[in-house]
Amino acid sequence: MALLEVDDLCVTFSRRGQRPVRAVDGVSFSVDAGEVVGLVGESGCGKSVTSLAVMGLLPRQPGVRVDGKAVFDGTDLLQLDDRSRRDIRGRDVAMIFQDPLSSLNPVIPIGLQVTEVLTRHRGMRGAAAGEEAARLLDRVGIPDPKRRLKEYPHQLSGGMRQRALIAMAVACKPRLLIADEPTTALDVTIQAQILELLKELVRDSGTALVMITHDLGVVAGLCDTVNVLYAGRVVETARRRPLFRQPRHPYTVGLLGSVPRLDAGRGERLNPIPGSVRDVLPWPDGCAFAPRCSRRIDECVGEPPDLVLTHDGRSYRCVNPAPLPGVTPGADIRATAPTEVEPGSVPAQAVPDDPPTVPGLGPAPREEEKP
Amino acid sequence: MTDNDILVEVRDLKVHFPITRGVIFDRTVGHVKAVDGVDLRIPRGKTYGLVGESGCGKSTLGRALLQLTPPTGGEVVFDGVELTTLPAGRLRTMRRRMQMIFQDPMSSLDPRQNVESILTEGLQTHGIGTDRDDRRRIIGETLDAVGLPRWALSRYPHEFSGGQRQRIGIARALVLGPELIVADEPVSALDVSIQAQVVNLLDELQDSLGLTYLVIAHDLAVVRHISDVVGVMYLGALVEEAPGDRLYSEPLHPYTRALMSAVPVPDPDVEDRRERILLAGDLPSPANPPPGCRFHTRCPWAQPTRCADERPALREIGASRVACHWAEQIASGELRPHAVRAEVVRPEGEGETPGVVSAPTEPGSYV
Ligand SMILES: Nc1ncnc2c1ncn2[C@@H]1O[C@H](COP(=O)(O)OP(=O)(O)OP(=O)(O)O)[C@@H](O)[C@H]1O
Ligand SMILES: Nc1ncnc2c1ncn2[C@@H]1O[C@H](COP(=O)(O)OP(=O)(O)OP(=O)(O)O)[C@@H](O)[C@H]1O
Ligand code: SF4
Ligand code: SF4
Ligand SMILES: [Mg+2]
Ligand SMILES: [Mg+2]
Repeated sequence: MALLEVDDLCVTFSRRGQRPVRAVDGVSFSVDAGEVVGLVGESGCGKSVTSLAVMGLLPRQPGVRVDGKAVFDGTDLLQLDDRSRRDIRGRDVAMIFQDPLSSLNPVIPIGLQVTEVLTRHRGMRGAAAGEEAARLLDRVGIPDPKRRLKEYPHQLSGGMRQRALIAMAVACKPRLLIADEPTTALDVTIQAQILELLKELVRDSGTALVMITHDLGVVAGLCDTVNVLYAGRVVETARRRPLFRQPRHPYTVGLLGSVPRLDAGRGERLNPIPGSVRDVLPWPDGCAFAPRCSRRIDECVGEPPDLVLTHDGRSYRCVNPAPLPGVTPGADIRATAPTEVEPGSVPAQAVPDDPPTVPGLGPAPREEEKP
Repeated sequence: MTDNDILVEVRDLKVHFPITRGVIFDRTVGHVKAVDGVDLRIPRGKTYGLVGESGCGKSTLGRALLQLTPPTGGEVVFDGVELTTLPAGRLRTMRRRMQMIFQDPMSSLDPRQNVESILTEGLQTHGIGTDRDDRRRIIGETLDAVGLPRWALSRYPHEFSGGQRQRIGIARALVLGPELIVADEPVSALDVSIQAQVVNLLDELQDSLGLTYLVIAHDLAVVRHISDVVGVMYLGALVEEAPGDRLYSEPLHPYTRALMSAVPVPDPDVEDRRERILLAGDLPSPANPPPGCRFHTRCPWAQPTRCADERPALREIGASRVACHWAEQIASGELRPHAVRAEVVRPEGEGETPGVVSAPTEPGSYV
């Protein structure tokens, strides 16, 4: 049994006089202890709403309807009353957001905000709580932590605020951490620091991490398992390497073909997906991606495609997936790979005579393939 | 490359914004040196990419180049004409030849104007087109060029998706038949799949119309993709400039190295094997840049001599221009990186002087 098992999660927003919006339309995924799971997809595909629903942070009002299950360690988070949910939140499950300023209280010093968490969930008080708070700030790389504890959020830079928020999130050694675009608002050098920090935390504490992002590069460096979302559903789930090497769902293929890569040359045309996320078919009428899909066939429309599970633990929601052996992982990837890549073979970049395509790639020792 | 191939030449450009304090009388208490001595040249028909982190002065440089923000010092020569001293009337006629595309198409388009009136406005201002039909023809051709359907003309900006709005923004720049387009974060507000459409469109337009671009972006992969020459900015100045390929295969400045190594690549094999140069701390405030080499507070190669007290000039090393005293020694491996202690950096305008902090503060709580 996985640590978190989200099953057929649906979130509908209805407002009087308007058609209800199915922001999340049957999302299922699971997270094992110590695992880093990515939720990727473009703007509006339901990533944030999914995480807010799991955390019980969506407003409790008549227009918001949440269905499905989110079972964390045997308890369905969606069925909990407010009190037990608050207990779990912060202690067992924590969340960090894109904009740290809005989730920190502007008029309370950082130190007090951290010690409050420690008091509430770990029963620490006074000097001991202060010590622990300083240790946590130090742990997340905030210089001169004792002093920082007395400061207010607006006195810290964006990167430092995000660190403070991470310190609060990990204060109680949660078993699950959900991070919603934690680095999107930050510069890339600061993003690199924060991602490294998250990696370390996961490695050291065994915390499971759900990483929500639209950046495939972040996914490639961090996630063990990746869920690709489109129009409120998971359309493909795979381990990291298979997903990037052999994407099966045409949307995943399209995404990978769209991103410019630092290690590709000038003048290579990208392969964008035509149309925009506005051109969707409602799931009950067929594949939501059909209006933009180059592999569309007649069977795609009429009813929603079923989830196909393959023997190697992958799954995709498509009736005409990208073929496996002569993979089509987007022209940019093909161009950097001199030969066709077979599963389990030496990756193209690792061929000894190949000059490293990105500075600093050369000498790092080769790691054994992870299953 | 001969000199008459150069469409734009920027010499020692400076833009300093005064920092004012005071309730009744504004008192200048200092300057934000947003752009502080930049030299660059953009060859005709090529793309110059400008990268750097938030607040390093990219947008200010772009705006000063077009004279949308008056430069504090320096020169901008466009096709042989010095713009900073040009009388307003002549500048206005030059404007037609230099256009700008913005990051957020929604905020740069008037929501009450339909697409036709957005596009006609510029034509009328600059007196382009002999009559209505002629303008219609120009607009029609522009729509085709940016891949928008004719029925778009009667629609309003909010009726379009982000990518289409950016196409409208490009069309608005393009109807005037400019030679130079300054694109400030043209794709950063767009989804990945849409980004690629707009990047390809910019590429195609350059091929068919011979446009010259200055592309400003914080996304290195995007800049790398569309630029011939890339300039890296740090705190108001160029630290390195090189042809795109070279910058990526042989970064010479320590900051460029760190930047390159920080950009995630969507390929697990690459991600797992690359060496990251993690920088300590944040970007210092441009209102109070460090003396000497501006990067020395974060530089893993900083040396006890020169770095802290002598500002390195941009000098040529091979095909690159680099502003680092020790570039050769770093490239040869003679100097090795070392650990750097992170310094606390204050968000701009806040927390530095107790007088401007609005939320409650305790005296003496900051350094
Ligand atoms: N409170 C709300 N009321 C109505 N619709 C909502 C509400 N919150 C979200 N939505 C809609 O739900 C959909 C999914 O939104 P969500 O914020 O989860 O997207 P996302 O994948 O996180 O996108 P982004 O990458 O932009 O953060 C969107 O179409 C959005 O308009
Ligand atoms: N009109 C202005 N008045 C005062 N300061 C300004 C003004 N415009 C910009 N600045 C300051 O100049 C510096 C450079 O700003 P600029 O917008 O050029 O940066 P940028 O590199 O474009 O950053 P970003 O990536 O965030 O767009 C910043 O510190 C900014 O606060
Ligand atoms: S089901 Fe059909 S339309 Fe949908 S992604 Fe697969 S091939 Fe394309
Ligand atoms: S001059 Fe010194 S501090 Fe500046 S980049 Fe070079 S080595 Fe680093
Ligand atoms: Mg979101
Ligand atoms: Mg800018």
